[in-house]
Amino acid sequence: MNNKPELLVTAASLEEAAVLLNAGADALLIGDDRFGMRLAGHFSLEDTAEVVKLAHGQGRKVYAGLGGLMSNRLLDELPAYVQAIGELGVDGVEFGDPAVLAAVKREAPHLKLHWNAEMTSTNYATANYWGRKGASRVVLARELNMDEMTEMVPLLEVEAQVQVHGMTNIYHSKRKLVASYMSHQGRPSTGGSLGKERGLFLIEAERPNEKFPIYEDENGTHIMSSDDICILEDLHFLLKAGVHSLKVEGLLKPVAYNAAVVKAYRHAIDLYAADPEGYAFQESWMDGIRALQDPERELSFGFFYKEQVY
Amino acid sequence: MGTMTKPQYKGKRYRLDKPELLAPAGNLEKLKFAVHYGADAVYIGGQKYGLRSGADNFSFEEMREGVEFAKKYGAKVFVATNIYAHNEDIAGIEEYLRNLYEAGIAAIIVADPAIVDTARRLVPGLEVHLSTQQSTLNWQAVSFWKEEGLPRVVLGRETSLEEIAEIKQHVDIEIESFIHGAMCSSYSGRCVLSNHFTDRDSNRGGCCQSCRWKYDLFEDARPEGTWVSEEDQAQAQQSPLPLQPGVTQLPLHQPEDNPFSMGSKDLCMLESIPELIEAGIDSFKIEGRMKSIHYVATVVNAYRKAIDAYMADPEGYVLKPEWLEELQKAANRPLNTGFFYDTPDHEDHIYEPEEKAAPYDFAGLVLEYDAASGTALIQQRNHFKPGQEVEFFGPDNTFFKQTVGEIWDEEGQPLDAARHPLQRVRMKVDQPVAYFDMMRKKK
Repeated sequence: MNNKPELLVTAASLEEAAVLLNAGADALLIGDDRFGMRLAGHFSLEDTAEVVKLAHGQGRKVYAGLGGLMSNRLLDELPAYVQAIGELGVDGVEFGDPAVLAAVKREAPHLKLHWNAEMTSTNYATANYWGRKGASRVVLARELNMDEMTEMVPLLEVEAQVQVHGMTNIYHSKRKLVASYMSHQGRPSTGGSLGKERGLFLIEAERPNEKFPIYEDENGTHIMSSDDICILEDLHFLLKAGVHSLKVEGLLKPVAYNAAVVKAYRHAIDLYAADPEGYAFQESWMDGIRALQDPERELSFGFFYKEQVY
Repeated sequence: MGTMTKPQYKGKRYRLDKPELLAPAGNLEKLKFAVHYGADAVYIGGQKYGLRSGADNFSFEEMREGVEFAKKYGAKVFVATNIYAHNEDIAGIEEYLRNLYEAGIAAIIVADPAIVDTARRLVPGLEVHLSTQQSTLNWQAVSFWKEEGLPRVVLGRETSLEEIAEIKQHVDIEIESFIHGAMCSSYSGRCVLSNHFTDRDSNRGGCCQSCRWKYDLFEDARPEGTWVSEEDQAQAQQSPLPLQPGVTQLPLHQPEDNPFSMGSKDLCMLESIPELIEAGIDSFKIEGRMKSIHYVATVVNAYRKAIDAYMADPEGYVLKPEWLEELQKAANRPLNTGFFYDTPDHEDHIYEPEEKAAPYDFAGLVLEYDAASGTALIQQRNHFKPGQEVEFFGPDNTFFKQTVGEIWDEEGQPLDAARHPLQRVRMKVDQPVAYFDMMRKKK
């Protein structure tokens, strides 16, 4: 491998961005709630300008998440936003909707395009298709396993990004399902938050120990995984395969936790880069993460070692 | 019921002077019923790359037979090739698409751009329709797919009638919308509940409908970060939250409440046919490749009649209550209008126990009618016997109730009941019937 892979993390605020850069992040994913999908937090254009200044001052990058499913109405606001973040020096955008691709090509063609269709970015041929349309990176689905990911890398004409840590979205509806349920119960939610900060979760009858966070925002209802991916122990497989960007998802996590996660991965990536042959994972690298891990959420390998049927 | 709102949104249909009625066909027999009962086109699944791994699905031989049958009615056959492919799926796509084209398939319904691209390069004669699994909601995205050479986009079910009309105004492309049947409550393709709960890949046909399972809703009652440190734990004990020590979660449901569910009521747009036509929607799609023959025939029949009545005389069009009553006979869930007018709310979800069976069964298929004796030869599809109330219906004008009188086998021996599947039984009918008419009975 020629270059060290990028360590990318989401930031919910300017304050968190500063902490995560200090912890060793190479790049930050931020965004505007209007266009982003399940962003850790909302960045106004002023905050975006600040975070770009902060990151670029340290030689790091800032990407904007524009992974939302766009409505006709949003198309009116999209060009101005794309133009603005292009002028502010943002390094790239994540997109899923072809409308975003078109807006970036028109308004800010210098921005890098990272194709992220979440659970539907599942094969190299589709990634290369979006590469021919202008994308320079594919964000791989979290439901792929390790073999699918590592075998894909040599076939890709674009960079590969893999989520290595944190929760994942498992269901997204435009419907307001929590508010609807409360209305059905005859106790409608009156002004109280049903958003990220409320700490709502679902339990399915046969899985009493698994808590699935659920929240509403302007994009509808989101249900999240009950476990947190943690691939640190087997990170060398991804490093060896030449994955270009390793992402830490910080959504619904305290800043201190995200910082501990970034530090642990920073340490592993640096050691591997310095001496791939002599690299060996140490259990103690997990200590910082484990100390802050929510005891009600398991750290797991996600789908890295699962075989799925259909 | 029976009322009609004035069409409000104006769009333009570009290629079709009359909207297409597109019906599901889970197997060859269902295809024949769908076409005979009035579908302009049907969509089926092949052995690979479809999202209904549990359905019968068609071999290429069956596809050819289906295409031949449909051709006699001027109807087309589409194949749902709507998985999100994984690496291992890529190698076989070219051969599969060539085989579809050679079988006479008119169009494929595709979600994955890798398959879109392969089809466009390799078999340009095979139309590619973008699947609803792509969750296309805006005209700019529709325009992108038009430039990619696609003549049709199936919009996400989340688009409103107003948005559909806007899309039609911006882009001259065929728009297909689901108008009847079961709905994902999620954005289609944006749900991996099955993957997480049962290791079944929903985007390759393994969906186990976890959205219709029952859940309990809670609120995390731990002050934020209580798991972070001992000090915070101590502080939590003095927190002003009204908690018993050790209580970490608050249930947001009372014992008498129904559990939480994401399950949606089924879509039914029969009452809005004039508005859908005037909005410019080119193809009206019925969901249900897993549904029964009775379901497909009944639903197609009702929409066919409504569309034809409106197209023949838009000014004089009146929705007939009997069309809606017909749909109810096949429905196994309560119905609603999805996102066409507004975002669904608590009235549009199912919290009560699910999956009531449809109220009617397919009792028999009319094979022959003998006008001289006023009798019909019926192929048994479900148990029936003398004295039972039955209904006959068909694509032309057959529509009446009667009581089953005497029934005989083909040798003229009286029978006490038609007990055997596909048994051929003769009976008197109160009105003329025709081959392919159906006899249903209440359960």
